[in-house]
Amino acid sequence: MPSVKILCPTGHLSFTPLEKGSFLLGCEQKPDFIIADAGSCDMGPRPLGADQHVSMEAWQRQDLEIMLLKSRELGVPMIVGSASDTGTDRGVDQFVGLIADIARQHKLKPFKLAAIYAEIPVADLKRRQAGGTVIYGLDGRADADPLVLDRTTRAVAVMNAEPIRAALRAGADVVIAGRSSDCALFAAPLLEAGLSPAVSYYAGKLMECASFCAEPFMGKESILGRIEGEEVYVTAMHPGQRCTPASIASHAMYERTNPYREYVAGGYVDMSQCVYTQVDPKTTRATGATFVADPSIKVKLEGAGLVGHRRLAVVGIRDPQTISLIDKAIDWAKGKLAERFGPVGQGYDVFYHLYGRNAVMEELDPAPDLKPHELGIVVEAIDKDPARAQEICALAARNLFYARLPEVKGTAGTAALMSDEILIGEPGYEWTLNHVIEVKSAMELFRIRHLVVEGGAAKEAA
Amino acid sequence: MATTRLRELASTIRSKNAGVDHITFDVIFRERANFERVRDSGVLAEAKIPGLFNLDPKRITHYCVFEPANAIKFTIRRLKPSGSPGERDVFGSQQYAPLFDVQVP
Repeated sequence: MPSVKILCPTGHLSFTPLEKGSFLLGCEQKPDFIIADAGSCDMGPRPLGADQHVSMEAWQRQDLEIMLLKSRELGVPMIVGSASDTGTDRGVDQFVGLIADIARQHKLKPFKLAAIYAEIPVADLKRRQAGGTVIYGLDGRADADPLVLDRTTRAVAVMNAEPIRAALRAGADVVIAGRSSDCALFAAPLLEAGLSPAVSYYAGKLMECASFCAEPFMGKESILGRIEGEEVYVTAMHPGQRCTPASIASHAMYERTNPYREYVAGGYVDMSQCVYTQVDPKTTRATGATFVADPSIKVKLEGAGLVGHRRLAVVGIRDPQTISLIDKAIDWAKGKLAERFGPVGQGYDVFYHLYGRNAVMEELDPAPDLKPHELGIVVEAIDKDPARAQEICALAARNLFYARLPEVKGTAGTAALMSDEILIGEPGYEWTLNHVIEVKSAMELFRIRHLVVEGGAAKEAA
Repeated sequence: MATTRLRELASTIRSKNAGVDHITFDVIFRERANFERVRDSGVLAEAKIPGLFNLDPKRITHYCVFEPANAIKFTIRRLKPSGSPGERDVFGSQQYAPLFDVQVP
């Protein structure tokens, strides 16, 4: 019966730096693989749309260095998915470059690296759609029409285990993967070891966020998974953390709509019959997952599109009369905007974030504080044209200062401007694609480069 | 009969993105008895959720009592995908506060 040990040091490599202490404790347990994912949709659509990483490069380098040195010392493969936050081709190339440079710095012996690319040109999606391929909407979205693709600036396909398995079969010591399903990073080596899809994907689901599946709450600490037959043993590596049935089960429902199912290309893991048992103070055993195969292969697509340029202003209000009439003041300002630019929401947009009242929950807030002591307002303006976004933001903010309100005594200005300054925000993007596309092969949308890292460079393998 | 606020019975009350179009809420209990008390009281029944959040019931996409974790879980659809211009909580991680003061008989 195969038994595989996987060490996972972080749930999102370099979003903040990983904690080295528990990672080194985990390495003492002689893992067979070191695996971490490095990306997410959580930060919103801008990183993908603008193709920028949000993690600091110094932290990316540090985390990769810690993992690479131990991986080479132990002689076990290291797998990193969703490279550089976005999992775009830029992210893969950046991580490959970092790995090569770290190897040069530490004079590591030559090793094999597989780079797997997941970006898919929007033009390619348009061709597939024109050829009759349906791009199915997820989570209640409509199927994508050509307009959705027109609005998409950049897209990635989310790889499942197959491309990573192919890289491992080719003998890769390091796998740098573009956008990947988190659990596939873990499932790939387990499937290669001959374990079942059920336990392989299930182990990945439990382990992908590292110490988030342990208690008490700590991020960026390592956990060790031992997978034997149909059983997953998850152990917290931090001396102060433990994996308990409660912590593992509650993690199984984290960030997901349905706690009983994990969808992957080619089926889903059914977790409804899972059983969690404490086997030692730091370890919980999880069993009972089953796999329900789907005859079709559907690959998830994520796409982000540019909406416009953003400008921001910060405005404060202390006058209790103005605070109580803030909706009227905003109406006044929107009226002035409409006079100049047409109705708000048509071709441009303005948002007033009312911190102190309900900026965080807006329409979901059952009890907004209508008379806070003071009110902080972030004015957010968006327009296709940066100069117009600037003008809209200035007018939207300054008209809070000039709002005409009944019975206002402070006639020298109805708002406090933090500074009379328009802040330049990053461009605004939206998630245009949260869809799946049917393919003939789970490899179809992905490209693998087999490289050798030697002398500070990553070169195509002979 | 005396009531207790949910915050005193649950060990975890959280919200978080579930993909880019949804926010999911988890209420988790360390003690099975507290879980059963809340579950059986009906104060977190699916029909009660809209009133707690000024929510159109159609926006609730999933509701589940998750026995293995002593948890009650529900998911709502966002009005716009996460991180769009105008976003107020890109991770969806601060939407749970109204659950704190739910009175449990």
